[in-house]
Amino acid sequence: MLKLENICKTFHPGTSNQRIALDNVSLELPKGDFVTIVGGNGAGKTTLMNAISGVFLADSGRIILDKRDITFTSEHRRARHIGRLFQDPMKGTAPNMTIAENLALAYKHASESGFRIGIGKKTLAYFQEQLAQLELGLEDRMKTRMGLLSGGQRQAVTLLMATICTPKLLMLDEHTAALDPSAGEKVLRLTQEIIRRDKITTIMVTHNITSALALGNRTIMMENGKIALDISGDERQDMTVEKLTSMFRLVI
Amino acid sequence: MTFVAFSGAVQLGLIFALLALGIFIVYRILGVPDLTVEGSFAAGASVSAMLTVAGRPFLGLALSIVAGVVAGMCTAFLQTKLRVQPILAGILVMMASFSANLYIMGGRPNIPLLREETLFTGLADRFNSVQAARFFLPVVVIILSAAALGLFFHTRLGLAVRATGDNEEMCRASSINTTFTKFVGLAIGNAFAALCGGLVAQYQGFADINMGFGMVVVALASLIIGETIFGRRGVIWNIGAVIVGAIIYRIIWAWALSFRIDPANLRAISALIVAAAISYPAVKNMWTVARLKRNARRDGRHA
Repeated sequence: MLKLENICKTFHPGTSNQRIALDNVSLELPKGDFVTIVGGNGAGKTTLMNAISGVFLADSGRIILDKRDITFTSEHRRARHIGRLFQDPMKGTAPNMTIAENLALAYKHASESGFRIGIGKKTLAYFQEQLAQLELGLEDRMKTRMGLLSGGQRQAVTLLMATICTPKLLMLDEHTAALDPSAGEKVLRLTQEIIRRDKITTIMVTHNITSALALGNRTIMMENGKIALDISGDERQDMTVEKLTSMFRLVI
Repeated sequence: MTFVAFSGAVQLGLIFALLALGIFIVYRILGVPDLTVEGSFAAGASVSAMLTVAGRPFLGLALSIVAGVVAGMCTAFLQTKLRVQPILAGILVMMASFSANLYIMGGRPNIPLLREETLFTGLADRFNSVQAARFFLPVVVIILSAAALGLFFHTRLGLAVRATGDNEEMCRASSINTTFTKFVGLAIGNAFAALCGGLVAQYQGFADINMGFGMVVVALASLIIGETIFGRRGVIWNIGAVIVGAIIYRIIWAWALSFRIDPANLRAISALIVAAAISYPAVKNMWTVARLKRNARRDGRHA
């Protein structure tokens, strides 16, 4: 599904602040893979995510998504196939627009023209049904301004927005780190349910080693812009939180 | 204030509501106090005036909209493709449009229309009343354009434009082309400003190269008066608030004039209104902090 070939990215090249953020990273994700990425601050996790989603162009290398070369595709075009959640729950939604309007922005139906006025009844009913699945009671508050919701509620709606049209790739950048424990747990559970239901290829960055090993089927550890560890199957089964944590310390 | 002065103020308010809506679009929806509108306003006036002189006042009004769209797109191009800071992009296009407007007006800084057939004089002949015509046309134009704007903001494209000003990062992550939505937003906002200029020229009977000067502050004052009185709710509500705010601003203006306040001072008053309204939350906060400190000191002494 996703293939990265020798991605390099250097920030502030040619200055004293020069920093190699991604050093010849190659990675291949088969369809349906759920990869968790761990690594210290500045290891290149977020840079990798940004390179894939097109926030900036990589200095060299190729990115292929579902057999299409997207190396030079603009960020908003990639977003048609890539769902994204950020750590900051404020980043994923438009605060001054209603829940329904936010969902409408994410719900791109080929048959609906850009000049259609209002949100269709059928679409609204579909939004309501989807919101009900979050079990947060938001289905009755579709006309509420997004900014009035709590962080957890906002992140849950962002999750819905990112997956309402099943993306080819879902990227989660510590999307529960800013939430309180119970909200974080809830959002994480919803994330798992949706990924499993729609079989979405997923990359999740986390600082929580326990959930990095518990979730998904593959774990990658990044260090100094490189993939330092890539485990799946039995090797990952045998990995314990203590062992991974100690490796963390070693490379740091 | 005489009745004539009052009805004139309402008429002007209805016309300048277009400008206030233009500022509403660029400042409240897109989040940039875009100075281009001063240039678009004058551009609309000059296009409208020149075509009125040529005997085509309606075409003049229609083409003034085009002038605004062009100016807005120039700013959008600078802002997005060339990454000029939004404020500076507006200033640059405003500067350039001064030359463009002078060119449109054939190198003359002022085009009188007092003896020309304008849309207002045409309607006045039909209604047999100058005042009726001066109400009718602005009312029709503002109702049509406000309705169109309200509907637009509920289309998919309109939602995307609103979201661009609300959370740009989220837009790009939701596959919205924010470059495109900024072009659309700035084009529409400046089209409103230019349409306003076009109407003003025919209403007052002249176009002047300097007539755009200070218009951003005037429009912002109208916007803020409307928001302070009616609050900010849904888009449709806000559009209505802006229109009423523009009318109230003009009534205040006329009222001030009736006291023989030097019109030259009115710009300063407009600027004060805007500064006071925008700084209100900060001033309120300072006052609260001061009170808390005072209370804490007093309680400390008692302890």
